[in-house]
Amino acid sequence: MNTIPLTHILFVSTALFFIGMYGLFTRRNIITMLMSIELILNSVNINFIAFNKYLHPANLDGVFFTIFIIAIAAAEAAVAIAIIINLYRNHKSIDIEDAAEMKY
Amino acid sequence: MNASAIIFYILSAFILGAALLSVTTTKIFRAAIWLLFSLIGVAGLYFWMQVEFIAAVQIVVYVGGIVVLIIFSIFLTQQSGSEMIRPGKKQLIISLLAVLFGTAFTYNLIQHYQFTPTSSKPLAANVSDIGLQMLSTTEHGFVLPFEVVSMLLLASMIGCIVIAMKAPAVPGSLPEGFEKDELPPLQLPKNILVNPVQPAEEIM
Repeated sequence: MNTIPLTHILFVSTALFFIGMYGLFTRRNIITMLMSIELILNSVNINFIAFNKYLHPANLDGVFFTIFIIAIAAAEAAVAIAIIINLYRNHKSIDIEDAAEMKY
Repeated sequence: MNASAIIFYILSAFILGAALLSVTTTKIFRAAIWLLFSLIGVAGLYFWMQVEFIAAVQIVVYVGGIVVLIIFSIFLTQQSGSEMIRPGKKQLIISLLAVLFGTAFTYNLIQHYQFTPTSSKPLAANVSDIGLQMLSTTEHGFVLPFEVVSMLLLASMIGCIVIAMKAPAVPGSLPEGFEKDELPPLQLPKNILVNPVQPAEEIM
C-alpha cells in the first residue's frame, strides 16, 4: 500500500479526467457526453479518497465529499436522461447540433 | 515492487484502457459497456485503498444505477448497433492537443508539489464512524448537507417525472397526423367535444 506514492494515484486520476474531457470535446451525441461527465466525476472522487487516505487520515472529510458527489451525480444523470428522452420525443434525434432552438 | 504495487498498476491500466475505449468507440452500446468496466475498475481501486464502504457505494450506485439508466436511455432513443459519426479531423487534432497539453501541465504540477501528510495514523473508514459523523450535529457533523441532498434527490425525482412525462393533449389542438385542411368542418357532435367551454369553430 505505502509503496505507491500519492503522485501515482493522482496521475491516474488526471489521465481519467482528461480522457473524459477528450470525450466531451469529440462526441456529438448527448448520451456519450453524459458518459464522459461520469468519467470526470469519478476521477474527482479518486482524488478525494486518495487525499483523505494519504494526507488527512485522521478524519473522514474526503469520504463524505465522495458520498455527496456520488449522490448528486446520480440525481444529475437521472435529470439529464429525462431531458434526453423529452428531447428525443420532440426532435427524433439526440445529436447536440440538432437542439439549436435556444441558440443566440 | 511487491504484489500491492502490481495490483495498483494493473487496476490503473484497466481503468484507463476501458475509459479510452469508451470515449473512442463508434458504437454507443459498446461505449456504455466500456464505461461499466471502467467504473468497476474504479471500485477496485477503492477496494485497493481499503475504503470498502465507498467501493460498495460505487458499485451499487454507478454500476447498478447510472449505467443501467444510460443503457435504458440508449434503448429508448436509438438503435444500439448504429454507428455514431466520427469527429472531423480538425476537431480531433485540436481536442487531442488540448487534452495532451492539460495532462502534461497537471502532471508537471503534481510532480513538483511537495505533499505533506498531517498525521501518520492509518485511515479507518468504518461504516459506523461514517454513519455517526454523517448524522452528527456537532462541529464536524454532516447533518445539514445530508438533509440538503435528501431534498435535492426528492426535487430531482419529481423533476424527472415531470420532464419525461408525455405532455397531455392540449385542449384545442389537433391529434397527430391531422392537418387543419383535412378535417371536415363541424362533423363532431357538440356533446363529445374535447373542451366543452370552447365552441367547435374555435377548435378547428
